[in-house]
Amino acid sequence: MKHVGEYRDGALAQGIAAAIRAEADPMRSYRLMEFCGGHTHAIARYGLEDLLPPQVRMIHGPGCPVCVLPVGRIDAAIRLAASPEITLCTYGDLMRVPGSNGDSLLKAKAAGADIRMVYSTLDAVGIAEREPTREVVFFAIGFETTSPPTAMAIRLAAQSGLSNFSIFCNHVLTPAAIRAIVAGPEARRDGVKIDGFVGPAHVSTVIGADAYAFCATEFAKPVAIAGFEPLDVLQAVLMLVRQVNQGRHEIENQYIRAVTANGNRKAQALVAEMFEPREAFEWRGLGALPHSGLRLRPAWSRFDAETRFEIETVAAADHPGCACGAVLRGVKRPEECRLFGVACTPDSPIGACMVSSEGACAAQWSYGRFRSPAASVAAERVPA
Amino acid sequence: MCLAIPAEVIDLLPDEMARVSLDGILKTISVGLLDEVAVGDYVIVHVGHALARIDEVEAQRTLALLAEMGVAAEEGR
Amino acid sequence: MSRDLFRSRLDLVGGRVEMTHGAGGRAMAQLIEAIFQPALANDFLGQGNDQAVMPLPRSGRLAMSTDGYVVSPLFFPGGDIGSLAVHGTINDIAMSGAVPLYLSVSLIIEEGFPLADLDRIAQSMGAASRAAGVPVVTGDTKVVERGKADGLFISTAGVGVVPPGLVLSGDRARPGDRVVLSGSIGDHGIAILSSRENLEFETAILSDSVALHDLVAAMVAAAGPHLRLMRDPTRGGVAATLNEIAHQSGVGIVIEEGTIPVKSQVIAACDLLGIDPLTVANEGKLIAVVDPAGAGSLLAAMRAHPLGGEAALIGTVVEDDRHFVQMRTAFGGGRIVDWLAGEQLPRIC
Ligand code: SF4
Repeated sequence: MKHVGEYRDGALAQGIAAAIRAEADPMRSYRLMEFCGGHTHAIARYGLEDLLPPQVRMIHGPGCPVCVLPVGRIDAAIRLAASPEITLCTYGDLMRVPGSNGDSLLKAKAAGADIRMVYSTLDAVGIAEREPTREVVFFAIGFETTSPPTAMAIRLAAQSGLSNFSIFCNHVLTPAAIRAIVAGPEARRDGVKIDGFVGPAHVSTVIGADAYAFCATEFAKPVAIAGFEPLDVLQAVLMLVRQVNQGRHEIENQYIRAVTANGNRKAQALVAEMFEPREAFEWRGLGALPHSGLRLRPAWSRFDAETRFEIETVAAADHPGCACGAVLRGVKRPEECRLFGVACTPDSPIGACMVSSEGACAAQWSYGRFRSPAASVAAERVPA
Repeated sequence: MCLAIPAEVIDLLPDEMARVSLDGILKTISVGLLDEVAVGDYVIVHVGHALARIDEVEAQRTLALLAEMGVAAEEGR
Repeated sequence: MSRDLFRSRLDLVGGRVEMTHGAGGRAMAQLIEAIFQPALANDFLGQGNDQAVMPLPRSGRLAMSTDGYVVSPLFFPGGDIGSLAVHGTINDIAMSGAVPLYLSVSLIIEEGFPLADLDRIAQSMGAASRAAGVPVVTGDTKVVERGKADGLFISTAGVGVVPPGLVLSGDRARPGDRVVLSGSIGDHGIAILSSRENLEFETAILSDSVALHDLVAAMVAAAGPHLRLMRDPTRGGVAATLNEIAHQSGVGIVIEEGTIPVKSQVIAACDLLGIDPLTVANEGKLIAVVDPAGAGSLLAAMRAHPLGGEAALIGTVVEDDRHFVQMRTAFGGGRIVDWLAGEQLPRIC
């Protein structure tokens, strides 16, 4: 695959990894947070941690909207789907996410709710068009990457004069979360343990590299925006190691083949036309963050399921033993949570970080748990 | 969350839609979020929408840089 | 009224299955006579009794297996539910090293199901069974009311004979053994997903659905005494099968990513859907565990067979009381290869 295969070249990776090992000072530590679940996935999937020297540590950030979606919103969606007139359309990622009583959309579907998995926002509009007697609600979640496609769906529904289509909006904003990680109350209390950020890939195609300027100017944290392929991640790590070594804190753009300084203006304009920031939105593991979520503007409220169906979100507390907040701020490793792998596994997640395969704890469990004691895979070679 | 992949635009369709190919896998997507998409462009596809165009020149430069970084490290050993 | 219906010929073009077709009367007899007898014809089925009576094998042990097929859609690139049901049960029997002998088929059909589709599926079953040389010796059809089944379900059973002295079992993998895969992975699952509603994408990938018993016979002939076990990595893919083996045998397995054949289109489709080819279903591949002394001759025999041309040594059985399946990635790093958590759902994340 062009623009994919080139960035999965194992031989090149060895070269970059060697450069990282050569340049990373063994006397200091490099705690680098990859914000995005896509990066977390690439790191886990390709075993990149084994290529990095011990002083370079990757901290898996909150960049998985499925993980950070509060349980109360899942509960609300499940309640909504229970209404006989409603067809709830959702991305596959949300189907298994547990609500507060061990409920999930998958279970609600089994119990008879009309819940359909869609791959594109346009599919949800298509269903509303084909089935005019159904109230079709699209469970909209995601970062800045995913909000423009939601906006496109609303535009299409408006153009087609559909009155049976609406969205349950849970779109969130990444800069607000990065800010909370470096400057939130807990961060101030424990001190921030992060030396630099691997910046979002596809979020940045929309919002542009300049959107992270505050990391450098306000917080003196270097950022390297990176693509989701494994070589992209390694190259960004090398860029961050160099910034730290040289005492720089700049916004560098490794993913320059797809990310510009200003991002996708057309997408931004469309989103701004329809959505406005909420005063605050709850993030699982991080708490309520100011100006971190979107809702539809009043002019578009006819497409807003929250007003149409009077959806109430009842806050459900996170498990007291869950260390997600500390994991996300780089204060704790997943294995240091006492519930990790015992009560909390991907099959029965307790905290946000275990919910989707891109969560910090889930990635560690599903791909990396062999690294805790005993046998190392590196010792085993398949004989030719 | 942001699973997105590069695909080649092989045909432009009405209503800001396009056919794209990803190594022979064909899919119809919306290109309404981009201006002036042309056949032969590589675009980043996310949930059925093209979000960005890939800049060939920058891509070549990144690859060259990757190769260079690796070689430099090998020599430095 | 119904008497007229019985007298008329079955309309295999525009007709549909009705409740009477499962009611045990003449309509049912007509359905069997018009569709199943010609499609599946063989002497045992031709006995026309409630059971088939077959000669006992002279030696060896009996292997038996049963499986249900509910695949959606019923027709997919490279096959359909009929051929899949025949191949699937033959393969389940063959994984014991047995020579499959006879199959049985039971169909649950939803009222209103097009007779043309039923005929096509029956023909495809017949073709698959003839090609494999394993006859369907007995069968049954039931019709359920509209809405009570998703078109058509098939359940098959089969018996076969394991040659004397050959013992293959999931608990026999030992540290040091080699793990062999017969060919490229993920084709079936991707072919199915490509034809699912709402996911539609076009691909040239066809299901790999095929009967593997001939390949198995070649493997047994070449390395029988060295073989520990065989499994076909169907639902859950190679990942699930390797984890089953590791747990059943109480060992660990280490595989090398670079050795696993995957078509580039399968990788592309998996990238599009956010799934891992290791967890995608196959219907024409097998995994064998063999002691190191037999690995060479086994691989040679597989590669010489049309169904094993891409056979590869993908890993080694190791001692590990945590029973992990680990993979050395193409990048030289390590990762766990886990069972799929829950159903395989496309991700956007
Ligand atoms: S292991 Fe589970 S409970 Fe512990 S921090 Fe991670 S998600 Fe929370």
